[in-house]
Amino acid sequence: MTGAVTYRLQINGADHAVESSWLGESLLYVLRERLGLVGSKNACEEGECGSCSVLVDGRLVCSCLELAAAAEGTEIITVEGLSPDGTLSDVQEALVAEGGVQCGFCTPGFVVAVHDLLDGNASPSPLETKEALAGNLCRCTGYGRIEAAVERVVELRRG
Amino acid sequence: MAADPRPQVLAGGTDFMVEVNYDHRRPTAVMSLRRVDELRGWRRHGDRLTVGAGLRYVDMLESEFEVSAPALAQAARTVGSPQIRNTGTIGGNVATASPAGDTLPVLYALDAEVTVSSTRGDRVVPIQELIVGPKRTTLAPDELIVSISIPVSKGPQEFLKIGVRNAMVIAVASVALVVDGDNRHIGCALGSVGPTIIRCSEAEAMAEAEIDWDRLHLPDPRVYETFGAMCAAASSPIDDHRSTSRYRRHGVYVLATRALMRAFEPGA
Ligand SMILES: Cc1cc2nc3c(=O)[nH]c(=O)nc-3n(C[C@H](O)[C@H](O)[C@H](O)COP(=O)(O)OP(=O)(O)OC[C@H]3O[C@@H](n4cnc5c(N)ncnc54)[C@H](O)[C@@H]3O)c2cc1C
Ligand code: FES
Ligand code: FES
Repeated sequence: MTGAVTYRLQINGADHAVESSWLGESLLYVLRERLGLVGSKNACEEGECGSCSVLVDGRLVCSCLELAAAAEGTEIITVEGLSPDGTLSDVQEALVAEGGVQCGFCTPGFVVAVHDLLDGNASPSPLETKEALAGNLCRCTGYGRIEAAVERVVELRRG
Repeated sequence: MAADPRPQVLAGGTDFMVEVNYDHRRPTAVMSLRRVDELRGWRRHGDRLTVGAGLRYVDMLESEFEVSAPALAQAARTVGSPQIRNTGTIGGNVATASPAGDTLPVLYALDAEVTVSSTRGDRVVPIQELIVGPKRTTLAPDELIVSISIPVSKGPQEFLKIGVRNAMVIAVASVALVVDGDNRHIGCALGSVGPTIIRCSEAEAMAEAEIDWDRLHLPDPRVYETFGAMCAAASSPIDDHRSTSRYRRHGVYVLATRALMRAFEPGA
């Protein structure tokens, strides 16, 4: 890989061409600025806030720390891919219902992280939830409402 | 900053991409290790463990790995956040060579040997010879860390870290302690309290002489605090935006005392 590069990315099941991009561009930058997928948010660009969280090959990562060109050949899921038909996912609905969305900037990152948590662990303990969400910062809610939303999804999925 | 024409090695990217995003690094060619599966795994042969440079923190939390390398697993558990542990690698931690790199005190305490490879061949370097200063190594630009060799655990191991909160913290001070019951040896190393990781040879020798190795027991309870004080004396911390040198030295004292107590329980 050198200088300006052209490559393809698999995002939310669709194939996207990225042309003449600068080699150092992060996946977050490419998602937002080149592909118009602006759900993933940019706050710190240093892995601290989690607002850019996506899944790469099924793993929760910060898209600001992924070199986009090196993500060719992986399966990328962004927050847009979690509710493809434009409706809210159960996690999004629960966040709204519990007051877990205030300014909303952190919300897409939390949505991806909570989906990832509950896909791997259908009923996490409060401590497991805190640990799983430790890489996502929220300056508004104080986290209690986000944790309540996780509980709500657990209950609803249990049926 | 001038662009560097040589291909730069990219592992998890958790250090690399921060530098790129903040314009401290401007790569014109990148060699990504993402698909180099040979670097990803770890294997045990006899009483040694070979850890691939591309092993991620999340992989070090698996129980099989933890049994063979408990302190490394403990260190991995304290790194960053789930997102960082899903991405960051041990090879990246070694190559970055930060005095706060959490795997490093453990690797020093274990006398880890690093296998480094280039077109000129392979070399095996003790970790303390590979890392020569804060963020400085003897790696040549074309050299790749392939794997890290450590002894399989033969006794209690501890990694303890102080930071401002539980998640997502760079260590203000850290201590790794490993006990080798077969060879009657203790290894102890400190992170974040010097320009590189600091080995506590005098404290190690003192404790080795006090331990009843047949019963894996420490008869004299005063030794815990003496050990902590000797480790604190070996540290050479600075004042910076994260902490004062005084707090760091005190932290080493507390952590080293506690680590020895966990390894050799009082009154056991
Ligand atoms: C939010 C955040 C939190 C963090 N928290 C911690 C923490 O708690 N503790 C901690 O220790 N670290 C922490 N880090 C730092 C970082 O995650 C670790 O140092 C990690 O191990 C780096 O590994 P990587 O695979 O991401 O390396 P990369 O970023 O890919 O590479 C880092 C450097 O090493 C070189 N390199 C990588 N692999 C090799 C190789 N095999 N051979 C030769 N050179 C190589 C690269 O060229 C680059 O110069 C954190 C980082 C972030 C962004
Ligand atoms: S923008 Fe990626 S973690 Fe903050
Ligand atoms: S709702 Fe505002 S940062 Fe979380």
